[in-house]
Amino acid sequence: MNGAAILARLRSIALSWALPVFILLAWEVAAKTGLITARLLPAPSSIAAAFWRHLLDGSLLEHTLISTSRALKGLLIGGAIGFAFGVINGIWRPAETIFDSTLQMLRNVPHLAIIPLVILWFGIAESAKVFLVAIGVLFPIYLNTYHGIRTVDRGLIEMARVYGLSPLDVFLRVILPGALPSILVGLRYALGIMWLTLIVAETISASSGIGYMTMNAREFLQTDVVLLGIIVYALLGKLADFVTRLLERWALSWHPSYRPAGAAA
Amino acid sequence: MSSTVLAFDRVTNLRGDRTAEAGVLAGERSAARVGEAIRFEGVRKSFGDREVLRTLDLDIPAGQLVAIVGRSGGGKTTLLRLVSGLALPSHGRVLVGGREVNGLQPSVRLLFQDSRLLPWQRVIRNVGIQRRPNWRETAEEALAHVGLADRARDWPAVLSGGQKQRVALARALVSHPRVLLLDEPFAALDALTRTEMHELFSRIWQEHGFTTILITHDVAEAVALADRVLVLRDGQIALDIPIDLPRPRQSVGSAEAARLQAHILGKV
Ligand SMILES: Nc1ncnc2c1ncn2[C@@H]1O[C@H](COP(=O)(O)OP(=O)(O)OP(=O)(O)O)[C@@H](O)[C@H]1O
Ligand SMILES: [Mg+2]
Repeated sequence: MNGAAILARLRSIALSWALPVFILLAWEVAAKTGLITARLLPAPSSIAAAFWRHLLDGSLLEHTLISTSRALKGLLIGGAIGFAFGVINGIWRPAETIFDSTLQMLRNVPHLAIIPLVILWFGIAESAKVFLVAIGVLFPIYLNTYHGIRTVDRGLIEMARVYGLSPLDVFLRVILPGALPSILVGLRYALGIMWLTLIVAETISASSGIGYMTMNAREFLQTDVVLLGIIVYALLGKLADFVTRLLERWALSWHPSYRPAGAAA
Repeated sequence: MSSTVLAFDRVTNLRGDRTAEAGVLAGERSAARVGEAIRFEGVRKSFGDREVLRTLDLDIPAGQLVAIVGRSGGGKTTLLRLVSGLALPSHGRVLVGGREVNGLQPSVRLLFQDSRLLPWQRVIRNVGIQRRPNWRETAEEALAHVGLADRARDWPAVLSGGQKQRVALARALVSHPRVLLLDEPFAALDALTRTEMHELFSRIWQEHGFTTILITHDVAEAVALADRVLVLRDGQIALDIPIDLPRPRQSVGSAEAARLQAHILGKV
């Protein structure tokens, strides 16, 4: 890259950041001069201060860890069940006949609609949140695993059989890698649902976690903390997305459309 | 109908004297040790009530390269699947090396029009798909054999069509097949690459001496490569002629080759 190109690149970066920076500045000024009520929309600087406060007293980390652990537990349980059903129904006809139509029916129930039922069953215990997340992620993982396995090239499976691969090897080396792109799409979709479900569940009933932190702050009219909670949720979602992208890049490096452009094969 | 009768005459004839003759030919290129004879005995194959192959009797001596031509849907692929054990005949039996085929045959390998490489494994791992002891070394050797030693670390997706077919060929060679079945493996290639593949394949076949059935739509290809050409029509053999052209054969057809091509085309 020559000097002019670098300069042009810097300029385009600067330009794309100009508007957000301007909005933040205008917001700060408007809040400080009382143009907008700080109680409704506090200044960016007071959100930063709230962040710093909660970071120092350890509560931010504690709530974030609790929320993350709930999310991951639900993902692990729901994902494992969805994956197992997807695999079994994908490779074994009788299982598909028995389970698939039932799963398709259950899929149509919006999982947030069962919150009252979940509260009746579990109260506000940890298991309620984990259960809701698990139900939420189960279906996208199931559908995409099932679909991925059913669409693996039959020719490849036949070839593997001709070369004497054992059924387990055919599954591990042909069917699973062939279904992986679809499974990862399901995972990404499931991660979105995971955070969304958790936000709702924690907001409605919890005594810890980011959702609790924001609802608690609302009662004390600490709007800056509420906004902080929203930002933390957004960052967690972004982080999850980033990790799946890395995972995709690593697992699908063979795939022409996932290979970074221009990279040597 | 008369051509069918003629063909059957040939087939019965083949069982007797041509086997011995082929044995001598095969001996010249040490095929007798590697190739296995293929034999169809009254083979019929139907799917539901559609009869795809009708009472097929056929003898292919060890080491012979037989080309089968015929119209689409004539049962050519079905015939190959019967030899490989991917499908079983409805009637009669298929014998490879004197043993009846009743399941997948480790000594029989197939090459398809689509190369059927695992896209998520690099070339070297595709060639060594069976993961036998020392698979890496043998796979490298086989790749060098088909002229792709330097592509071992590539993903299949970046290879050209001809290169993919060469990798598939290397993969088949690793397991030292006694019979190699080719289902239009060169059909999707451009003319130049196809000629290259013909040369490569002829050389490898002569070195290894496996028995080969090559399915093709291209009569010129059949005449250029095969010891013998069969025309499969309506599930029966409509023509069975030897191609006694000297090897190595020129890619530019001789007058004799042109005459044979015209003769075969008339029967397809
Ligand atoms: N598994 C199957 N089930 C039902 N019918 C089949 C099956 N396999 C092949 N057939 C039928 O058998 C007939 C012959 O098929 P085959 O694939 O052997 O033809 P082919 O000569 O290889 O044709 P092409 O040149 O187009 O490849 C076709 O009519 C096909 O529909
Ligand atoms: Mg075919």
